[in-house]
Amino acid sequence: MIKVENLTKKFGDFTAVDKISFSVSQGEIFAFLGPNGAGKTTTIKILTTLLKPTSGRVMINGNDPAKEQNAVRRSFGIVFQDPSLDDELTTWENMELHGVLYGVPKPTRRKRIEELLKFVELWDRKNDLVKNFSGGMKRRLEVARGLVHHPKILFLDEPTLGLDPQTRNHIWSYIQNLNTTEKMTVFFTTHYMEEAERIAQKIAIIDHGQIIVQGTPAELKQQTKTNSLEEAFLALTGKTIRPEEVNAADRMRMRHRVFHH
Amino acid sequence: MQIIYILWLRQIKRYFRSRSRIMGSLGQPLLLLLALGYGFGPIYQKAGGGNYIQFLAPGIISMGILFTAVFSGIEIIWDKQFGFLKETLVAPVSRLKIMVGRTLGGGTVAILQGLIVLLISLIVGFRPENIYFLPLTLVFMALIALFFTALGTAIASVLEDMQGFQRIMNFLLMPLFFLSGALFPLQGLPKAVMAIASVNPLSYGVDGLRGTLIGGAHFGLLTDFSVLGLLTVIVLVIGSFLFSKIEI
Ligand SMILES: Nc1ncnc2c1ncn2[C@@H]1O[C@H](COP(=O)(O)OP(=O)(O)O)[C@@H](O)[C@H]1O
Ligand SMILES: [Mg+2]
Repeated sequence: MIKVENLTKKFGDFTAVDKISFSVSQGEIFAFLGPNGAGKTTTIKILTTLLKPTSGRVMINGNDPAKEQNAVRRSFGIVFQDPSLDDELTTWENMELHGVLYGVPKPTRRKRIEELLKFVELWDRKNDLVKNFSGGMKRRLEVARGLVHHPKILFLDEPTLGLDPQTRNHIWSYIQNLNTTEKMTVFFTTHYMEEAERIAQKIAIIDHGQIIVQGTPAELKQQTKTNSLEEAFLALTGKTIRPEEVNAADRMRMRHRVFHH
Repeated sequence: MQIIYILWLRQIKRYFRSRSRIMGSLGQPLLLLLALGYGFGPIYQKAGGGNYIQFLAPGIISMGILFTAVFSGIEIIWDKQFGFLKETLVAPVSRLKIMVGRTLGGGTVAILQGLIVLLISLIVGFRPENIYFLPLTLVFMALIALFFTALGTAIASVLEDMQGFQRIMNFLLMPLFFLSGALFPLQGLPKAVMAIASVNPLSYGVDGLRGTLIGGAHFGLLTDFSVLGLLTVIVLVIGSFLFSKIEI
């Protein structure tokens, strides 16, 4: 379903992704793990047509995201790491816009939106403007929105960041259900290692743009002779703390908030 | 069609939900109409130009449309900064459709703004010569609105942040407005100024509006219509190309 060979992405002379290769088969749940700045989001952006690779080959559902963009775009849903809702629209309007953009027929669209909103417990807030929502509510809405068109592949970039354990479990069980019933392929990143250990069938760990190891959770623990994925992860990537990213968009948002309130 | 419609609807909803923006953008046209209209009125009359408010109102209406249209186009930078743009970029939808939807939405908003300025002009004392021409006036309002929304969108596609935006204000919008015949007649201008005015798309919009509202178009209504119509199509195509090149 996803096939990546020698993928490299450079920003100027900085190499963010360095000759990585991996593949994810249909119906698999794949965790892409790594410290901050490892290159996870950059990889996801390339797989989802948002960035052009510097070199290497990528296939998504048999199509090249750099060339057959629309075919690739039809095949996946995504929950971005950064916010991507329209704050000036309501919950319902955000969902409806998404459904129309993906050509989901009206009756199906209405039914799925209702089902998904009830599931993430935002149904009674369906006519409220998203700008009044808490971070967790926005996140739930983004996850629900990514599923409106029942994609073949679901990309999740730190989807559960900032959610409480109840909500995390709740959301994962829904995704796992779609994974079994519709054979939906799932590609996700997270910093919660126990989550990856529990959910993922296959894991790749990336650091400084390079994949340092891949395999099942059991294989990684065996290789590092550790008892949990968290220990395996630390053994593989070291214990130094990586700087938190503050990108231009975040700075902009902060300035905007100060400016308006 | 449905895709264009929903993107159009989004812009309209955003417009009506930000009342402060609507009110804020009305102060400037009103001020110009009052200050320039009444300030220069006597001189203009003495020079044999007739009633200056009559002459000025179509120019100020064009300005209202120009500014709203370019701002709507440039809203794409906000979408980029606040993340919503990603959602449209990964959607399996042709970039031209996205461009057209956004342009129609922003354009509609700009037309509404133009109609409000027209209303203000009427209150301040402006009187159209021939109300049967009003449908044609609307056509020219729409052309100005669509062209400049598309232009704003195209420019914003290649801008990274709001700093570029300030530069656009200073180096694009102001010269476009001042050198368009919005404030003074194009007849008998120095050659250099006239040359600039005749390559300025806004000149044709102002001329078309004035021609349909009070008569006496400088270039002729057909020329005004063709120039603006053609430019709008060109900018839409270039804009969707630039849009398709956006990387985040
Ligand atoms: N547009 C960009 N320009 C320059 N450097 C970038 C850009 N996007 C990401 N990077 C850099 O690439 C590296 C990988 O970033 P990213 O893929 O976001 O990491 P992760 O998602 O694993 O935390 C980081 O060092 C980041 O600063
Ligand atoms: Mg990331």
